[in-house]
Amino acid sequence: MQYAIQVAIDSLSLGSIYALAALGIGLIFGVMRLINFAHGELITMGAYSLIIPSAAVIPTLFVGAFPWPLLIVSVVVILVIVALAMERIVFRPIRGADPATLLIASFSLSYFLQYTMLLVYGGRPKGIDIGSSLTESIQIGSAEIAKIDIVTILATVVLMLALASFMKWTSIGIQIRAATQDFRMARMLGVKANAVIAGAFAVSGMLAGVVSLLVISRVGALEPRLGVNMALYGFVSTVVGGMGSLTGPVAGGFAVGIASGIIQAILPDHMRPTRDAFVFAIVIVLLLVRPEGIVRLKSSKERV
Amino acid sequence: MALLSLVDLAVYYGRLAAVRGINIEIGEGQAVSIVGPNGAGKSSTMLATAGSIVARMGDIRFDGRSILGREPEAICRMGIAMVPEGRGIFSALTIRENLLLGTFWRKDKRAVKSDFEEIVVRFPFMAERMQTHAGKLSGGEQQQLAIARALLCRPRVLLLDEPSLGLAPLMVAKVYEILAKLKGDGMTLLIVEQSLTRARAFADRICVMRDGVVQAEGSGRDQADVTRLEDAYFGFDETIGKATAGN
Repeated sequence: MQYAIQVAIDSLSLGSIYALAALGIGLIFGVMRLINFAHGELITMGAYSLIIPSAAVIPTLFVGAFPWPLLIVSVVVILVIVALAMERIVFRPIRGADPATLLIASFSLSYFLQYTMLLVYGGRPKGIDIGSSLTESIQIGSAEIAKIDIVTILATVVLMLALASFMKWTSIGIQIRAATQDFRMARMLGVKANAVIAGAFAVSGMLAGVVSLLVISRVGALEPRLGVNMALYGFVSTVVGGMGSLTGPVAGGFAVGIASGIIQAILPDHMRPTRDAFVFAIVIVLLLVRPEGIVRLKSSKERV
Repeated sequence: MALLSLVDLAVYYGRLAAVRGINIEIGEGQAVSIVGPNGAGKSSTMLATAGSIVARMGDIRFDGRSILGREPEAICRMGIAMVPEGRGIFSALTIRENLLLGTFWRKDKRAVKSDFEEIVVRFPFMAERMQTHAGKLSGGEQQQLAIARALLCRPRVLLLDEPSLGLAPLMVAKVYEILAKLKGDGMTLLIVEQSLTRARAFADRICVMRDGVVQAEGSGRDQADVTRLEDAYFGFDETIGKATAGN
């Protein structure tokens, strides 16, 4: 029982991070039909913004030295600005281009940012002590639960509720939801493409900021490809959950995270490093059975 | 002077010509129907007018100004609203949210409020169902929602692409009843229709499109006019009296 609770919390925690990463990616795909590979670099940049650029293995903290509330706000604001700059400088000028062009642009931007960070911060991993106390465990009943898992789940729940309210009750939120379903129609109703896309990028940057902080609190080390893996799982989760809606990526993130956690728990010790092979095998089977993903996009049925 | 003019308008998809240099003029308060078979270029004409696809040649003039190349949101804000084929309803959004989408850009918030009240009077089924998801509405209700939403943009010209498509006859009658009221109120209407009979019953003028060009134009009032429009619609060559479609 104790083990089952621990596995459940671990899985939910992992699923939460994947869901946040997937939502950031799914949001941009929804409004622009752009798969933003540079989302991984946003996550990495959020983590690197915590330190002052240097080649030192133990770097001097910059934003990381701020008190927690200010630190969180600063990282989020930095990534919102970077995401908006990405949209304005790279993606807006080619918005009408074919999907292949957008994909290549997104790849190029991803590599450009990755190697720029390598140039500025150096390639050696750096140890960073941000929220290390969160890796300690607390006793809940007979189970030992890491604080970071609880914080991750709570942060995700709060963020999802806040985002759901934003999408439901604000004009820009309603416009983003409409654009996610049918951008062409939304524009014919006077919805400004630039505002909606910029809004989606801003939210995506905010989500990347939170993922960035949750990941760095967990791993305690910076390296230029920190966000790449997270973005990869975000893409997979988005596809598994269903592209073109906002609930799809969230469902996909939790599904992939929970599947990973359960597989990790049931595999014998010597096979645990191969966990991802099993996870991706399940993903392939799922997509064969249900290519549109877990959440089927509601479409207006033709009725008479 | 015409309120909306399509001047030598040509629309291409890559190398494929969908519309080949058409000229259509719509005066203020007029109802003009574009009829024609599938692939005639009717929907492409509408989408180009709404700015959703960019015409390759020619011009679109609205109230004396060229609107060619403008963004669809700018064209909507200038006063041309579109009800597309398939209705373009946001099924995951509620009725209220669908309606709001047509108003977010408007500065006259008081007028928006009174327009909302007027919409509920005009489309009473919405009154108690504002929080219902649009995807749960019947086809006829969705079509009415699409028209209501377009009206909340306060357009001077309303474009409707096949408003009767996929609807039961009773619903078609209901939708045309609404359009007749709008016409009575002085709204300028450009409607794509498949049915020449329906177009004749409603429009002030009919343009028959075929293979991307306007083959015939008329009011459909007298028999000679009707015959000419029907011949154009069905692809009859009046000089030799046989179908020429596809030749």
